[in-house]
Amino acid sequence: MTAAQTINGALRKLPIWPIYLIGALPPVWYFYLGLTGGLGVEPIKEFEHRLGILGLQMLIAVLAVTPLRNLTKVSLIRFRRAMGLLTFYYIAAHLAVWLFLDVQIAAQIWADIVKRPYITIGMVGFVLMIPLAITSNNLSVRKLGARWRKLHKLVYPIALLGAVHFVMLRKGWQIEPLLYLAGIALLLALRLPILRRVGWPMRPARQG
Amino acid sequence: LALGSIAGPAFAAPELGEPNSFEDITSYNNYYEFGTGKEDPARYAGKLTTDPWAVQIDGLVERPGNYDLADVLKGMDIEERIYRLRCVEAWSMVIPWNGFELRALLEKVGVQPSAKYVAFETVARREEMPGLYSPVLDWPYVEGLRLDEAMHPLTLIATGLYGRELPNQNGAPLRLVVPWKYGFKSIKSIVRITLTDKEPPTSWNKANAREYGFYSNVNPEVDHPRWSQATERVIGGGLFSAKQPTEMFNGYGDEVAALYAGMDLKKNY
Repeated sequence: MTAAQTINGALRKLPIWPIYLIGALPPVWYFYLGLTGGLGVEPIKEFEHRLGILGLQMLIAVLAVTPLRNLTKVSLIRFRRAMGLLTFYYIAAHLAVWLFLDVQIAAQIWADIVKRPYITIGMVGFVLMIPLAITSNNLSVRKLGARWRKLHKLVYPIALLGAVHFVMLRKGWQIEPLLYLAGIALLLALRLPILRRVGWPMRPARQG
Repeated sequence: LALGSIAGPAFAAPELGEPNSFEDITSYNNYYEFGTGKEDPARYAGKLTTDPWAVQIDGLVERPGNYDLADVLKGMDIEERIYRLRCVEAWSMVIPWNGFELRALLEKVGVQPSAKYVAFETVARREEMPGLYSPVLDWPYVEGLRLDEAMHPLTLIATGLYGRELPNQNGAPLRLVVPWKYGFKSIKSIVRITLTDKEPPTSWNKANAREYGFYSNVNPEVDHPRWSQATERVIGGGLFSAKQPTEMFNGYGDEVAALYAGMDLKKNY
C-alpha cells in the first residue's frame, strides 16, 4: 500500500460532522473577542476583515482539493462539501457584519453596492455562492446530475471575485491580498485544459 | 473641551467628544513605513532612532540649513491642542497633541517672498523601517501644503501627546498636524522641509491621483471613489459603535473655509 492509500484509508474512517462543529466556532470566537477588547480599538473592521480572510482561506482549501489529489493522490473530497458550506457561512457572516455593524445606514448600503466597484464585486461573489449552498445537498446532486457539476464550476469565478475584492479594498497595491489573488489564480490555472495535454494528471487512476 | 479653554489663541473649534485614550491613539495607526496593518507601527516603530534628529530646511528660505532638533525647538511655545483627526478611511479620533505652530518655525528660518508651497519629507531608513521593503508607496513619504495653509494658526508641528513625548508610531520626534485635512496629509517623522514656488508632489497623489488629491480637505460631499466620506466611525466605541456625520473641513470650517474661497472643492479634492 502506498502512503497515499494509507492516508486515504485513515481519512475515510473520519466522521465529517466535527468539521462543521469546529468550523462554526471561529466567527463566534471573534465575536466574543470583539466584545471583550480582543480585536483592538476598532473591533468592527477587524471582525469584518477576519471573517473575509477566513472565507478566502477556506475557499482556497476547497480549490486545493483536486490539485492535491492529482499531485499526491491524497483525497479530501469527502470533506469538500463541508468546506464549501463553511466558506458560505464565513462570507455570509462577513456580509452581515458589514451590513449591521459597519455601514449601518440602509440608504448607504445600496449606494455602496451600486457605486463602489469593490463592494459590487464582493456582492456578486456572494450572490453567486447562494445557488451553490442551496444545491449542496445529496438530493440536488442526484436531481441535477451533470448540470450540478456545471453549476458548481461557479466556484471559480467566485474565488476570483473574492480575491479581487480583497485587492481592491486596500489602499495601494498591498502584498497580502496580491498573494491571495496569486494563490487562487494558480489553483485555477492548474485546471486549465492545456495542462492535460502536457501531461498534468487531471483524472488520476482510481485508488483501490 | 473647546480649544479656547487651553493655552494659546482661542479658536472656534468643533464639538469634540472625550479625547481618545492614550492606548487608542498609540495602538491604531497608519504609518506604512512600519507595515500596512494598523498594529504594525506600534509593533515595529520602537526600532526607529529619534535621537539624534535633524531637519533639513531648504529651498526658498532666508536661513537654510540642517537644523538639530534642539535648534528647531528653541524658542518654540509648546502648547496643548485637542484636535479631531479624520482619516481618509472614514474613522476619526480626538487627540490631545502638544506642539507648536508651523508658522513659528517658518518665521524662524525666514520665508522668501517667492515661496508659495511647503514640501515635507519623512525619514526613510530601511534598517529601522521594515515597511520600506514593500513598494506600496514611492519612498520616502512626501507631503505638501500651500504656504497659506502652512502659515495657518491651526497648523501644528506636534512633539507630544497627552503631555508625553510623541511615541514613534505617532511620528516622533516631529510631525505635522493639519486638522481640517485627511490624516495622511499630517506627515510623520519629518526630516526635511522645503519652501518652493511649485506645488510639490505628495505620496498618495503619486500612488493614485484619482483617489487622493493635493488638497485632501475633509469633505463629506466629495466621496472617495471607493467609499463614502459622509460619515465616520469614532474609534473607541466598541463593536456596536454608531457612525457620526462627517463635518465640512472636519468641523474647522469657520477657521479655514476662507483659504478656499472661490475654489471648486469637487475638482480640487
